[in-house]
Amino acid sequence: MNSSVIVFPGSNCDRDIAVALEKLQFQNKMVWHKDTSLPKSDLIVVPGGFSYGDYLRSGAIAAKSNILNEVIKAANDGCLVLGICNGFQVLTETGLLKGVLLRNKNLKFLGKDIFVKVVNTDNKFCNKYKKDQVLKFNIAHNEGNYFTSPDHLKELEDKNLIPFKYCDENGNINEENNPNGSLNNIAGIFNYKKNILGMMPHPERMIDQIISNNDGVNLFTSLLN
Amino acid sequence: MKFSVKVTLKKDVLDPQGKVVQQTLQNMGMHTLKNLRQGKYFEIEINENNESKAKSKIEDMCKKLLVNLIVEDFEISKI
Repeated sequence: MNSSVIVFPGSNCDRDIAVALEKLQFQNKMVWHKDTSLPKSDLIVVPGGFSYGDYLRSGAIAAKSNILNEVIKAANDGCLVLGICNGFQVLTETGLLKGVLLRNKNLKFLGKDIFVKVVNTDNKFCNKYKKDQVLKFNIAHNEGNYFTSPDHLKELEDKNLIPFKYCDENGNINEENNPNGSLNNIAGIFNYKKNILGMMPHPERMIDQIISNNDGVNLFTSLLN
Repeated sequence: MKFSVKVTLKKDVLDPQGKVVQQTLQNMGMHTLKNLRQGKYFEIEINENNESKAKSKIEDMCKKLLVNLIVEDFEISKI
């Protein structure tokens, strides 16, 4: 499977995701934001970081970069797109994913391990996970507080467009285990066609037992399924 | 021609930064302070002679980049 990782000035998880993809047998290419064409890609990853120093709003400037025009076209043609952390913010700013990521409710930058529950597995990204499986992921963000209209929130729930929700280690989803104030403990969402996934936690940091755990591996191997 | 653009969070959107600023001012003794919301301010110069044309261009800038219409409102004024 061919993957492309988009790199902006200020991206800082681009190498991590590249290492993860290569380890899991993707043929990966790095793509600079000024490029005007994409290499052949089955998966495009918009990585984490602080693109353009988070100027204006997180992800707002990156969303208007040259390469994003190509990412939008590819996404609309059905290409798989994964936005992690700042990548999720970029995807919401392009409109590929609805909603917005606001400042964390407690106004603190959060850098820690958290638990998420796999709420929906009927999609390309999660088919190797078990429904209701609890995963330990890492978060590192200042704006991860997902917000959207009540109508869209209902659609996300009704159409199973939420793959991950924040929970405790036993899988209980409640406000106490909501690190950033996200509506309904949302940690990630899909578009309607489920070919675009945006998520705040970093699965690419969980691909090696020696430094963390393997909970992120299945997200990538699901795509190879 | 010069314009100002005021960007504010919509009234239903929680403004945690504004809340902290408000709390701090109240802690400093500003007890009559009732409510405070934080926003952004832009000054934009544009090479146009026609005011309404200029304004519509600024509006376009707001909608396409400066403002996230899901959570923010904006107000354009000539200065």
